[in-house]
Amino acid sequence: MTQKQKRQTVETDVLIIGGGVTGAGIMRDLAFRGLQTLLIDRKDLCAGASGGNHGLLHSGSRYISSDLHSAIECREESTILKHVASQCIEETGGLFVAVEGDDPGFAENFAALCQPAGIACNPISIDDAKKLEPLLSDKLFKAYKVPDATVDPFRLALLNVAHARMINSSSFRPHTELLHFTLKDGKIESATCRDNQTNSILTIYANQYVNACGAWAMNIAQLAGCKDVNLLYSKGTLLVSHDRLTTHVVNRLRPPGDGDILVPGGTVSVLGTTSIRVDDLITVKPTVAEIDINVREGTAMIPALAKARYIRAFSGVRPLLQSAGGSDDREATRGFALLDHSTQNLSNFCTITGGKLTTYRLMAEKTSDLVAGRLNNSEPCQTHVTPLPDEESCKWTEPGASPKYWYKANDPEDMILCECEMVPQSAIDEIVKDAPGAEKEMTLKAIALRSRAGKGPCQGSFCGIRIASYLYDQGHYHDKTGLIHMRDFFNERFKGTRTVTWGLQAAQMELAEALHCGLLGLDNLENN
Amino acid sequence: MCMSEEDRHFSAELAVIGTGLAGFAASIFALKRNIKTAQVGNTGAVAYTTGYLDLLGSLAPDYLASIEDPWQGIEQLRDSHPRHPLCRIPKDDIFTAFEQFTSFLGKCGIAYTPPGEFNVSGLTPAGTLKPTLCVPATMQVGSAAFSQKEPCVIIDFKGLKGFSSRQVVANLKDRWPKLSSKRVEFPDMVSGEIYPEVMARSLEVPATREKLAKILASAAGDVKVIGLPAILGMHAPDLVREELEQLTGLQIFEIPTMPPSVPGIRLREMFEQLFPQKGVTLIPQQKVDRLVFIENGAQLSLNDSFGPISIHAKSVILATGRFLSGGLKAGVDGVSEPLLKLPVTQPDSRREWYREKYTDRRGHAVNSAGIEVDSSFRPLDNHGRPYSKNLFAAGVILAHQDWIRGRCGAGVAIATAYKAVEEVEKLLK
Repeated sequence: MTQKQKRQTVETDVLIIGGGVTGAGIMRDLAFRGLQTLLIDRKDLCAGASGGNHGLLHSGSRYISSDLHSAIECREESTILKHVASQCIEETGGLFVAVEGDDPGFAENFAALCQPAGIACNPISIDDAKKLEPLLSDKLFKAYKVPDATVDPFRLALLNVAHARMINSSSFRPHTELLHFTLKDGKIESATCRDNQTNSILTIYANQYVNACGAWAMNIAQLAGCKDVNLLYSKGTLLVSHDRLTTHVVNRLRPPGDGDILVPGGTVSVLGTTSIRVDDLITVKPTVAEIDINVREGTAMIPALAKARYIRAFSGVRPLLQSAGGSDDREATRGFALLDHSTQNLSNFCTITGGKLTTYRLMAEKTSDLVAGRLNNSEPCQTHVTPLPDEESCKWTEPGASPKYWYKANDPEDMILCECEMVPQSAIDEIVKDAPGAEKEMTLKAIALRSRAGKGPCQGSFCGIRIASYLYDQGHYHDKTGLIHMRDFFNERFKGTRTVTWGLQAAQMELAEALHCGLLGLDNLENN
Repeated sequence: MCMSEEDRHFSAELAVIGTGLAGFAASIFALKRNIKTAQVGNTGAVAYTTGYLDLLGSLAPDYLASIEDPWQGIEQLRDSHPRHPLCRIPKDDIFTAFEQFTSFLGKCGIAYTPPGEFNVSGLTPAGTLKPTLCVPATMQVGSAAFSQKEPCVIIDFKGLKGFSSRQVVANLKDRWPKLSSKRVEFPDMVSGEIYPEVMARSLEVPATREKLAKILASAAGDVKVIGLPAILGMHAPDLVREELEQLTGLQIFEIPTMPPSVPGIRLREMFEQLFPQKGVTLIPQQKVDRLVFIENGAQLSLNDSFGPISIHAKSVILATGRFLSGGLKAGVDGVSEPLLKLPVTQPDSRREWYREKYTDRRGHAVNSAGIEVDSSFRPLDNHGRPYSKNLFAAGVILAHQDWIRGRCGAGVAIATAYKAVEEVEKLLK
């Protein structure tokens, strides 16, 4: 079939490749400095490690035994973020607990280790620890309190993008994949991209190009001919429980290992992680073995984890800088790297990678300093002092927030579409109209990323149908596209549920499959 | 409450455990054969049926296109999947089973099309088509209008979520060009969210029917056939539909809504009301706690809010379903059958339960897990011998079938229930 591809050209000051929190943070940082940016992502916001982590805002204590520098960075950055992005953060506090079998020497020494990093780490009695968290194991022998907190990375990324858009019309394009760079005279002249939804080709001309692709940064750098980004991939798998089991972040008091952090997030808890070296980024998904390890290890801290109902699992990839050695990837440096590629004979390209969610703002600041400097812009960074403003269309990712807004609005015509998480029609309206990345024929996957839809126990099996039906109703879909989006959404959610489907979730799955495949025939759309 | 003071004992020739399609079908076939029956179980699952009774809509291994001729399909299945429960029952018996089942439902006020030679296309709320053998009379006009491509208006209601006539039309219009959509307000329910079950019950009132008829007639315009979400009454849907047709001069049909939907609730309520009248001891909403086999029969123990109940039965049919109904239990370490600890044929490890892709046409291995039976549909124990000569099994608890991909849930339920009751009758003689 010879279909003429539509071509389009766009110009911008800075092209940022990679819609994780770092890319979104750079976008906002540069907007403050008066630079216009275009952010693109092959998939969508937080599609990589930014969305595939615990949602833990590290106090720094976690890294105290392996990486003092990162520990200090975490302490500083988490303090800043609690001030400037408080709407994305729950100040839960954290506990470090040692149980029988853990190294007593390490446990005793912990507060002393934290001290040089300036982290407030206070020993508490076992009784007090159990009062704070009744589900803790009876085999506890040491406990400390630390200023850990939790953060919603989706809302954080959405708000950064929304604010940049507000400041200077910087924009975000989802499902836009970089195909190749055109190089000329020691510079990148343009970036050729494909819109993966429409298959149209887009050529982007920018003065500066930023590679903020996290684990994919090496691949993108290579497209520009740069051989100085060398990453190792460490895959981590986490699982989400149906209920929130603790009020605090609970860490195992031992050098980092499998299943030793339990992080509450709204109405659920997230348990993780494992660490497995992987060679490629294509087959990154949870396995049954990783799930079983996490549950087994987590049970040592919180015995209730053995019988908990899990609704979802997911994996993320930690991009580790090649120089890092050691037998356990979690021992490797969690610091970040900013490469200006001057040794690769390019003067308008840089790569930011490594690091972690907690330090995203600092990573964005350092990158923006470099980019602005290269453009002879000397405006200072503002992101450490100026609070992130709220934006209506970005508020729907907060667990437990939807029902609050819905009750407050008290509009009987505004029906609930996702009954597990109480997401009403008005949320969907707002998202398809205004949220960063909103577009015509928006996918259910994209809507779900911008809301709590599909995050509850049914994992979208009912609300996916209701939302699609609502969007047909509103005239967003005119043909089979809505059914295809529905099927793709269920396939996407399944990636998260297939390894944790037992007990009640097996019943849920049977019902979902009977409905989606048995009745609606979504497994046979091509022939229906 | 005098009943709370005493234990209740029942005795029966047959105890049916399970109140899904297979369980109800078993009781119907037992009634037909004058077998004194007691039935126990949580009746929830029936409410999840759409009302369509499929026999076989799609064929393993890849379940590509929907099949037109389910009888021919069963022949093919005999070659490829000889252990599939449908392959272990003569076709004439399957046909008779569907005939008896649908005619029983018809006599009880929910008319069905009789089984035919071919599958018909059932309409779904997504605007897709489901191959099915029998359809409720309230839905028949829709399948016929689709095959004749007659001008038709799909009507939905303001406030009823999950059913969009625009969606139905958007997905069918390439094959049904004269299909259009319209939204109306349901009489006396004009603001806020409205629910199919409430709408259906309100249509049992003549005044509501008259009001709705006026709305429908005006929405239809010149078109003579209209489709509605399944809301046409709870206990006498055929009468409700007939009267609406008379009042409007239109042909009217229903499309199932998302479960639990009205057609499923109709079946459940009908069974619950009529079985006791017809002599079946029905103990709904209860789970059997214990089942022990004794000389010439079995003893079932359960509890309800009035206290313990025990049933002595000469024979038992286990029709407890799969994970949703609790007939099978999926644990971290494997699939088990919780009531009798029967061995379950299943994949070697949990890693093999599910394929990578949810909608993979080949289906998921865990969905073919289940219990083994001998040629008389007696469940087998760990040694491959019948667990008891008095125990039989029916429905989707049986291994070697994937009712979801095969679109054969009702077929497996009805056909195996027929077979199991036949074997019960042999035993009792």
